[in-house]
Amino acid sequence: MSDFDFSVITANWHFLAEGLRYTLQVTVTAMIGGIIIGTLLALMRLSSNKPLQWFAAGYVNFFRSVPLVQVILAVYLILPLLLQFLTGKMIPIGAENSAYFTFTIFEAAYYSEIMRSGIQSVPRGQIGAGYALGFTYGQTMRLVVLPQAFRNMLPVLLTQTIVLFQDVSLVYAIGATDFFGAADKITQRDLRPVEMYTTVAVVYFIICFALSRLVKRLQARIAIIR
Amino acid sequence: MNYHWDWQFFFQEADDGLKYYEWVISGLGWTTAVSLASLAVALLLGSVLGVMRTTPKRWLVAVGDTYVDLFRNIPLIVQLFLWFFVVPELVPDKIGIWMKQDLPYIVTAVVGLGLYTAARIAEQVKSGINALPRGQRFAGLALGFTEWQTYRYVRLPMAYRIVLPALTSESMNIFKNSAVTYAVGILELYFQYKQIIEKTSQVLEITIVVTLAYFMLAFVMNRMLAFVEKRTRVPGLISGTGGK
Amino acid sequence: MRKSLTALAVCLSAIGLAAPAHAELTGTLQKIKESGSITVGHRESSVPFSYLDADQKPVGYAMDLCAKVVDAVKSELKMPNLQVKYQAVTSQNRIPLMQNGTIDLECGSTTNSVARQQQVGFSVHYFITSVRMAVRKDSGIKDIGDLNGKPVATTTGTTSDALIKQNEKGKHIDVKNIYGKDHADSFLMVESGRAAAFVMDDILLAGLIANSKNPSDFAIVGPSLRDEPYGVMLRKDDAPFKALVDKTLIGLMKSGEAEKLYTKWFMNPIPPRNVNLNFPMSPALKAAFASPSDKGVE
Repeated sequence: MSDFDFSVITANWHFLAEGLRYTLQVTVTAMIGGIIIGTLLALMRLSSNKPLQWFAAGYVNFFRSVPLVQVILAVYLILPLLLQFLTGKMIPIGAENSAYFTFTIFEAAYYSEIMRSGIQSVPRGQIGAGYALGFTYGQTMRLVVLPQAFRNMLPVLLTQTIVLFQDVSLVYAIGATDFFGAADKITQRDLRPVEMYTTVAVVYFIICFALSRLVKRLQARIAIIR
Repeated sequence: MNYHWDWQFFFQEADDGLKYYEWVISGLGWTTAVSLASLAVALLLGSVLGVMRTTPKRWLVAVGDTYVDLFRNIPLIVQLFLWFFVVPELVPDKIGIWMKQDLPYIVTAVVGLGLYTAARIAEQVKSGINALPRGQRFAGLALGFTEWQTYRYVRLPMAYRIVLPALTSESMNIFKNSAVTYAVGILELYFQYKQIIEKTSQVLEITIVVTLAYFMLAFVMNRMLAFVEKRTRVPGLISGTGGK
Repeated sequence: MRKSLTALAVCLSAIGLAAPAHAELTGTLQKIKESGSITVGHRESSVPFSYLDADQKPVGYAMDLCAKVVDAVKSELKMPNLQVKYQAVTSQNRIPLMQNGTIDLECGSTTNSVARQQQVGFSVHYFITSVRMAVRKDSGIKDIGDLNGKPVATTTGTTSDALIKQNEKGKHIDVKNIYGKDHADSFLMVESGRAAAFVMDDILLAGLIANSKNPSDFAIVGPSLRDEPYGVMLRKDDAPFKALVDKTLIGLMKSGEAEKLYTKWFMNPIPPRNVNLNFPMSPALKAAFASPSDKGVE
């Protein structure tokens, strides 16, 4: 402990900050994309159309049964093969871009389950009320049901996003430079694991702890209004 | 697509004299071993922590809460690296050397994954106990039970049944999360997946096989716990009727 | 025979390349032309071939050689503004990434082996390494035989792990393999006392030792388990691109420029910490420069 060398951190903070920025970008992209796709999946799952139901259920169960780290690597290696098959050209994606895509489609499965229970939490009468006002299905969902579902599920959606923020660390498996990946790359070169990994743990803890406290507060507020 | 499909390679011999399909099977074995051992650690510790957080003793609650906050807010892979690379350097030299040389890696991995999951289990157990009416505890105390006995005979048997669905999904998560232990040198399924890709580059075949293997693990775990759930269902409770 | 065939192929392709206006571009060159960019795969801790400097930019001997190749591609395709992208690769993913088109050439420390040639192509060799082992000096380990019963670090996906068993002295000993995720990780295992030895290409070991906290604590010992040639990894069966890469590298070797680059990276202080590897050119490498070859090891 005595030779804990802070200079390793100060000398590399810029690189670490770059990594953190990438982690945040992936988190926000996957959150927005994941919630949109997830909501569509939830609507499919709750629709009366059997093939749509099956598709949504299959999608969700598929991604919920496989380890994220395996999906990250598999997509990275297979997506270009698929694109080549479709377009006939070799299209390099790169680890960084591949991760945006993987996290969006992977998290969609989890967000979809949250949105499904959110939609189910809205009383049936609300849908009837929407139709009674002359709304179409789309309008009822968009203007009546989804806003309430979203609002009820906001704390859960945000909690899932904190999990997602932590999970981005797994892109290290494909060599992308997220926050953890940046720390790992510095460790590879400078051989100072104690300093780097400890710093990473502390920073993750501070961010996630603060966010989860905020979510708790939000939850309390929403609970009162309801 | 000019991909060269080749399913035969699974039966070819690798450097170490084993065949590639044997690598997959051995990975499956390690995944199962790490997951089940971690699950045992997590259930035990998570239950203790969950109970602590519902007791009237302030300091027990504080310890439990701190643990959960700490272990839920650091990514699993970072926690594993802390156990593997950092902790042995912080403890006294003798213990550090022992941890590095004599302690099998699987122990470190199981401890890391187990402690991580325990925080999640503790949350479930706590919410299960809190879901019970307060009267259950009072009834127990009125019967002359000690605080501990009200847990043992009244509240925990109910609480576990209530949270069994949540525990089922945590148990399935642990199998998926065990893939991360490859990073600390456990030769589990994902490790073998990466290694087979390196040796053979038959990405599609091995991805299909390994994905199916994970499916199978999730399915078996799900069915086993569904069976437990069915057997322990509490009649009359809403949470006791959902079998899936 | 093989060498002269290669030389012949190079000459023939060079003639073909002299008139590119008429020839239809194929393979990697076509891909580069169409996308307007070339992606160079690099390593992160293969000192001094391909690793990250203080600004986390990939640098090294192999990177310098590849920069020359990229220049040649630019003038070949008449694309002075060709965009050059970099992609970090590991020993596990470099071959699939080459095959799926993520990277166009890999500049690191990849051994050209006959087995790998089933999947990818290689340029002529720019380095010859010997597989030996790094140990802590205070461990008293001097030879393969001393490893019996000890934990030995190996980096997964590299060619070294099977070599101990193949060595005469290693035949009857039993070692406990432990796996690092990268060379630096495996070395950390030796440094921290987790492993007794790290079996790897000697030059990589020298690089790791030079970069460690106390370089004098470590030694490279034992006989060479095998000599292995490094080449630039390319896509398989892409003769025009390979011809261009080979022509560039052979040109550098013949003009003495390759040797200058060697001196720059192996005999002088290098970033990020200005350590000097002091690793003189081996006779095997001198021979490889004199008569370039792309024949892989078995």
